[in-house]
Amino acid sequence: MTLLTPRNALVAGVLALLALVPVYATLTGNFFLLSLFTRIVILAIAAVSLNLIMGFGGMVSFGHAAYLGIGGYAIGILAKEGINSGFLQWPFALAASALFALIVGALSLRTRGVYFIMITLAFAQMVYYVAIGLDRYGGDDGMTIYKRSQFGDWINLSNKTAFYYLCLALLLVTIYLVWRIVNSRFGLVIQGARSNDRRMRAIGFATYRYKLTCFVIAGVLCGLAGALLANHTDFINPSIMHWTRSGDLIVMAVLGGMGTVFGPVLGALSLIALEEALPALIRAVTLPFLGGDSAARVAEYWQLALGPLFLLVVLYARGGIEGLVAGVRRG
Amino acid sequence: MPAAASRGWWRVYAVADVLLAVEGLSKRFGGVVASDGISFAIPQGELHAIIGPNGAGKTTLITQLAGELTPDLGEIRFGGRDVTALPTDRRSRLGLARSFQITSLFLDFTALDNVALAVQAHAGHSFHFWRAARKEQALREPARAALARVGLAARADTLVSRLSHGEHRQLELAMALATGPRMLLLDEPMAGMGPDESARMVALLRELKGELTILLIEHDMEAVFALADKITVLVYGRIIASGTPAEIRANADVRQAYLGEQEQGAGKASEAAHG
Repeated sequence: MTLLTPRNALVAGVLALLALVPVYATLTGNFFLLSLFTRIVILAIAAVSLNLIMGFGGMVSFGHAAYLGIGGYAIGILAKEGINSGFLQWPFALAASALFALIVGALSLRTRGVYFIMITLAFAQMVYYVAIGLDRYGGDDGMTIYKRSQFGDWINLSNKTAFYYLCLALLLVTIYLVWRIVNSRFGLVIQGARSNDRRMRAIGFATYRYKLTCFVIAGVLCGLAGALLANHTDFINPSIMHWTRSGDLIVMAVLGGMGTVFGPVLGALSLIALEEALPALIRAVTLPFLGGDSAARVAEYWQLALGPLFLLVVLYARGGIEGLVAGVRRG
Repeated sequence: MPAAASRGWWRVYAVADVLLAVEGLSKRFGGVVASDGISFAIPQGELHAIIGPNGAGKTTLITQLAGELTPDLGEIRFGGRDVTALPTDRRSRLGLARSFQITSLFLDFTALDNVALAVQAHAGHSFHFWRAARKEQALREPARAALARVGLAARADTLVSRLSHGEHRQLELAMALATGPRMLLLDEPMAGMGPDESARMVALLRELKGELTILLIEHDMEAVFALADKITVLVYGRIIASGTPAEIRANADVRQAYLGEQEQGAGKASEAAHG
């Protein structure tokens, strides 16, 4: 096992890039970039958590964005009710996510395949509509969070650089945690259940309780991402839980590579970077031919270019971006 | 004790070290009766073979014994305990291990990983989230031993998807052995094997015979008659004969059941030839 493989070089490169973003932003004064990368890092946490159940556990949850919303609303609701202490807000966000995951998991894990996908989707839609109905908390429009979570003298989340580094540190902790989990006894049970659940039961595993535990862990990690996201945007509304958001998370995991712990980080990075870059790119390419107005209009259809890209990855690079570089899957 | 005998004859056997006792097992799928009042008892240490024509309900029987299917009627006792309502994983932890007729493995793991999982299943709960399981010698060593036992030691680090069919069959058995069972339920362990591989499997089963109680389903009659202490013949879900290999060989009903099957087979073959 050598340390200097293309894959490790890529991972190290990405981590270095992520670590240096605030430095670059401060030097150039480009705080849009810092905000963009804060978003990338937060959604990477969500994608890594989804990948724990989807990539390693074979549980394709189509409602994972619900935890972003539950984590976010936990912060927003407490803030609105005058509780600003992060020491109360964050555990509340995580506990709420855990409880929701426990309920959804307990029911959905009794089913398989398409039914599992549909039940997770249905629960997420349910929470989405509950949030729309919360008139006190902004209903459809959502609500502004006037004060970010307060952690006393520990850390000031309103400092954009400090907040970014907190998110990055939490992403690294999440990756390490998931990496330990998937290689532990527990992780092997989860992967065995993905591979052949029937055989797992035949050799003596009560797979249901392991899968349920895994489902709750992933929910809590994604709830953490939700709490971060609410603090990042200073705002929360139901659209964060829309089913297309869950789809985005799945795309991130698949795009980056489901077989590895780090893959979804690459997926989050590339998807959000493409979302930002593709319109500008299309405008630049078509400008000489079409002129300003038409080029801008064509650029609105940037998703037409994203679709085929995604298709190429699914068809020709089953291990995602990470798999392309590593040439090895799983682990 | 005539009273006890009339209430349930297996209760008498229970005194004589019966490990697995089945009484009145029935299972139907729609109009098809797959198990029709099956009763038998297997004493500790016996190798008990179940034979019968295709569609006799042999796999359905094993599936009920292993706990994946619940019988409509009847009772299964293992080690003196009623396990009829226990799920598969609980039965496995009690020491009832099965192998599958159609290979059922973790294809994206190595052979060693497959067997180590089987060891892990019987090494306490698996809510351990931190230590690298692939580095735990307490799991790897017994797994290596089980692989060596079936002759797969050299293939330990090969991905299962790259192993041959014969090796898959060996791995099936290694996984069942790795759970440290009291009894093996083997569903056609030699299915699809070449003559050399079959011979090796027979030798291995003969070796295991002294240590474990075995229920064997197998189409290879030569192997069955060479290995079995007792043979039960199943036709259309019903036991038509049970006895020592010599008794079964001499049994007229059994001959007819098998002859009938052969004639049907020949008829179908000639039909196909004409069509």
